[in-house]
Amino acid sequence: MKASNHLSAEKLAGKIPEALGREIDIFDTEVALRKTGKIDERVFAETRLRRGAYGQRYDNGQRSDGAKVQEMKYPSGDLTKGPMTMWDAPGMQRIKIPGGGLTVEMIETVADLAEEYSDGIAHVTTRQDFQLHYVHIEDTPTIMRRLAAVGITTREACGNSVRNITACPYAGVCCDEVFDVTPYSQAMFRFLLGHPDVQNFGRKFKPAFSGCSQNACALTNIHDIGFIAATRTENGKEKRGFVTFVGGGLGAVPYNAKLLDEFVPVEEILPVTQAVSRVFARLGEKRNRSRARIKFLVQDLGIEKFRELVAEERKTLPYDPRWTELIKDAEKFHEAPLNPGGKMENSDLPEFKRWWRTNLRPQKQEGYTVATVTLPLGDITATQLRVLADVVRRYTKGTVRSTVEQNFVIRWVSLKDLPNLYRDLAAVGLGDPGAGAIVDIVTCPGTDTCKLGISSSRGLAAELHKRLTEKRYEFDQPVENLHIKISGCFNSCGQHHVCDLGFYGVSRKMGGFAVPHFQVVLGGEWENNGGTYGMPIVAIPSKRIPEVVTRLTEKYVANRQNGETFKEFAKRSGKAQLKSWLEDLARPAAPGDRSLFSDWGDPREYTLGDMGTGECAGEVISATEFELTAAERELFEAQLALDNGHFDQAGKTAYKSMVNGAKALVKLVNPNIPNDPERIISEFKTYYYDTQKFWDPFAGGKFAHYLFDAHQKANGSYTADATRYLIDEAQLFIDAAHSCYNQLGKAVTV
Amino acid sequence: MTSPKLEVQHVNVKLFIEGTEEALEPLVPVFHRWIQEKPLEELLLDVADYRHVFNGPGVVLIGHQANYSLDNTEGNLGVLYNRKTPLDGTNQDRLKQAARAALNAYQKLTAEPKLTGKIRFTGTKIHLLINDRFLAPNVPETRAAFDPELKEFCAKLFAGTEYTASYENDPRCRFGVTLQTAQPISPENLLANLAQ
Repeated sequence: MKASNHLSAEKLAGKIPEALGREIDIFDTEVALRKTGKIDERVFAETRLRRGAYGQRYDNGQRSDGAKVQEMKYPSGDLTKGPMTMWDAPGMQRIKIPGGGLTVEMIETVADLAEEYSDGIAHVTTRQDFQLHYVHIEDTPTIMRRLAAVGITTREACGNSVRNITACPYAGVCCDEVFDVTPYSQAMFRFLLGHPDVQNFGRKFKPAFSGCSQNACALTNIHDIGFIAATRTENGKEKRGFVTFVGGGLGAVPYNAKLLDEFVPVEEILPVTQAVSRVFARLGEKRNRSRARIKFLVQDLGIEKFRELVAEERKTLPYDPRWTELIKDAEKFHEAPLNPGGKMENSDLPEFKRWWRTNLRPQKQEGYTVATVTLPLGDITATQLRVLADVVRRYTKGTVRSTVEQNFVIRWVSLKDLPNLYRDLAAVGLGDPGAGAIVDIVTCPGTDTCKLGISSSRGLAAELHKRLTEKRYEFDQPVENLHIKISGCFNSCGQHHVCDLGFYGVSRKMGGFAVPHFQVVLGGEWENNGGTYGMPIVAIPSKRIPEVVTRLTEKYVANRQNGETFKEFAKRSGKAQLKSWLEDLARPAAPGDRSLFSDWGDPREYTLGDMGTGECAGEVISATEFELTAAERELFEAQLALDNGHFDQAGKTAYKSMVNGAKALVKLVNPNIPNDPERIISEFKTYYYDTQKFWDPFAGGKFAHYLFDAHQKANGSYTADATRYLIDEAQLFIDAAHSCYNQLGKAVTV
Repeated sequence: MTSPKLEVQHVNVKLFIEGTEEALEPLVPVFHRWIQEKPLEELLLDVADYRHVFNGPGVVLIGHQANYSLDNTEGNLGVLYNRKTPLDGTNQDRLKQAARAALNAYQKLTAEPKLTGKIRFTGTKIHLLINDRFLAPNVPETRAAFDPELKEFCAKLFAGTEYTASYENDPRCRFGVTLQTAQPISPENLLANLAQ
């Protein structure tokens, strides 16, 4: 931690808005109090989380070094900053950037902080935030002050609160938009930040604004509340409003957002959101975290009932003048160019032409364009950030926006400035072509730094980026335009459901060793605000995923019909065909080949220790593995039945696959368990749920609850939606069964 | 004469090396092994791989008290020691500690079979910076306060060999200085000079 932390309040006096400064001072005091044990660790954990100060991988003080588990003996000893979270362990600071809007002062401050408090890198997230990693908790109040001095708050960047409000980064300049959503997203941010009605949620709440329905830039379909710009004519006058959706979300089981209202006038968006928040706070699940997002509430109540409740709540809301004041104030927002618009000058530079083809987007204002700065894995160095600030100062009025594809866009670039702008960006490695193309891979932090990571999403992304970049000028156009997104686990921070080729981390056992895998998810849709979700196909060892990409792109090129998109191609091919192209890659490696036992970018053996290889144990292990595989096969059949519209059959088969997955584990304790679901569920509960053996370190008993819920509903009928959710839940349950089985093996040998 | 106003903490020392980015390739497993074997005095925590970033931090061995890396900032490859936690003692003590740690790390890296021939300290160029803008803003006043410290430190480190000192000019950058000696000095000699 920095020697100068005690100076920050004094050095920045007068530069921080008073209320924000007071909040940070309070947090600073809370840090000091926790350090002396005067605040409970749980209370402190929620306090820091609500200010965006997260834990990070290995912060429980233990780390496998590949050969053994090492205890990290920190100078602060047993002092914690939350349950099982060591005080000195590095953490992550998330920095909220509403709508992705950044000034040059903000960019330069983030650059400074990355150098002084992190490892020289700022990471852009899939929700337009920044993240700094390897940050010491005692540095966080100073970081917050330095951010506050340039107009950034980290308040509610985490915790059960309203997270960053995202918005289309092209808002105001997009040729397809109905109108500029920037003012409304900013008004929403100001209204909801710290609002008393959003402090009592069971889980987080993510809003998004889009200027159109057809593009991907804001992904309203995957958000808790989504607003799409719309107009209607009333009394001969055009009126602005929003088509409003609720209850979307990715996570373990993705839900499509439901239409709440076809048109909410702009002056109503704040009170309507307040009403939604109140309903969510009052009726949303609080105890069971795994069902606490608003999507479950909307699903359980049904959208009609939810809509009714929101309308009733709206009527009872006490009037708040800010509903209209904030909107009117925000509508004064106006962006203008620095330089006059112009015409594109010819350039013979092939690099420039390649960049021009993929990284520019027409702007609705004539003579200007939007340039995309691609960031590999969402990472940017402090030096690059400063040069980016210089560039946007030189060619625009000093603003830039981050995107959900982990890039930046520079707007209002005069066409005549393009060659120089490109030259300046390329000089520091910010001029790579391929924005929005197959090389522009989106990834969450995964096992690099995230406590929830199962597989190395960044390691895989780096490897794919390297390989695809080498071949990027050879791709056919349809392949070049594919989207790849990778999550390190089922929680979907990498948004793997809404792309052509998605991957999320799971673990499987091969030859007695835990092996990092990725579940392959195909045919999701990025366009239409993340309109439809992909199909899980099969889990493949991490090291073989590049081959998966090669095969699928080759098949797409060879078998594509009538210009169909990858989504259409995947749907037409069907799950069985897609799986048949890949399933040989799911097989174990040849005896003696240990190449699959470590992950990309991480040479450590994936398991904590060698497995016991006694014959008796080996037989039991083989039987379990076999049965889990059989359960997975049944689940696959359920998916096929769903694809064919046989919902009831699909639902029943998915349920059966879960019961058989549970049975596989129960047999380890009771080899004579009969084939009776009631007994299987009961014994599974006794041996695995009650003992917390089937316990995800972070999701707790979530996946067991999927089984219990499915069992309760087993005698009912299955609708299309319910079956789709059940199949997703069954996949996660079986993944968790594999994981539990891996953990049992570990427990035996450690 | 030490200025009472300047507290030198969080010293970074980078030894410029001859080599290419290829030297970064074998580093990830090397640093993971160092975490296993604990050959350094700091508590070592993790490895961060930034090879995909243009002219970036390279591969970083994250520690609690300090980070070590083969850094490629601005395309200048070098072994970087980045002190994170404050140290007791005088400013000279802290400068010497950071220089020693960087030199030791360099020697350990060159002893790694997979790095043999891939990195070689120029023997002439070292970058020093204070990684704390509140303690040491990059302004002329800091330079004036630091200058005597630097002279004392260089007299020790270079033991009379002539050198030039070029300060970082961009006020947005951290306060730093690049030292260039007239003749190469080996890491062993630099360590010996510091020990005297």
